[in-house]
Amino acid sequence: MVREVRLVQQRFDPAVEMAAFAAAHPEAGGLVTFLGQVRLGDGVEALELKHYGPLTLPGMEALAATVLGRWALDGLLILHRSGVMEPGEPIVLVAAASRHRRDAFAAADFAMDHLKSDSWFWKRERVGGEWRWIEPREQDHADLARWG
Amino acid sequence: MARLVFLGRLEDLAGTAGLVCPLPGPTALADLLAGLPTALAEALRGPRVRLALNGMVVEAQGLVLADGDELAFLPPVSGG
Repeated sequence: MVREVRLVQQRFDPAVEMAAFAAAHPEAGGLVTFLGQVRLGDGVEALELKHYGPLTLPGMEALAATVLGRWALDGLLILHRSGVMEPGEPIVLVAAASRHRRDAFAAADFAMDHLKSDSWFWKRERVGGEWRWIEPREQDHADLARWG
Repeated sequence: MARLVFLGRLEDLAGTAGLVCPLPGPTALADLLAGLPTALAEALRGPRVRLALNGMVVEAQGLVLADGDELAFLPPVSGG
């Protein structure tokens, strides 16, 4: 079982990360990956994610432990950016590997819902030169509530 | 001294990411907030603001700060 949780300050290459994760799990029959990237549109010039050192990475580690306690996985990767990003830049990558695909789909879905609205990140976007903070949408809370 | 850390929109409101406050001795959070600008203190007391003392999430009720403590004010989160 490989569990990898990383908080990174610099741009990462999702293709490289996915390839390494797949290569590390030849025993897994199914790999599910989710990539979140900065959306182009609505005049958004940049996105910034801030974190708090004492809480953010430990919280991501705890989330990974919860995911692994809930689904039978061969491996789990959670990679999240902090810092300023441009449209098209990757923000988050979650990959789950399992013998059968259902566990991997559910595990990645669960991890993403918790990264969106139950992890220690603060997000703001720059539109027309002005930064504005973004709080979770109702939909994000509803997504999280699905897991009980 | 205690260090206050402001995350998210609270950083904008405070005009800084952190403040160092001299403490005469163990100080109740309520007393510490009373010494800050009113608008900031009000925001920090907001019902959706959570607190972490030295990296552990804590309740505001009855909180007392001691020398060397770091208290972070955490508004609603948004990642991904």
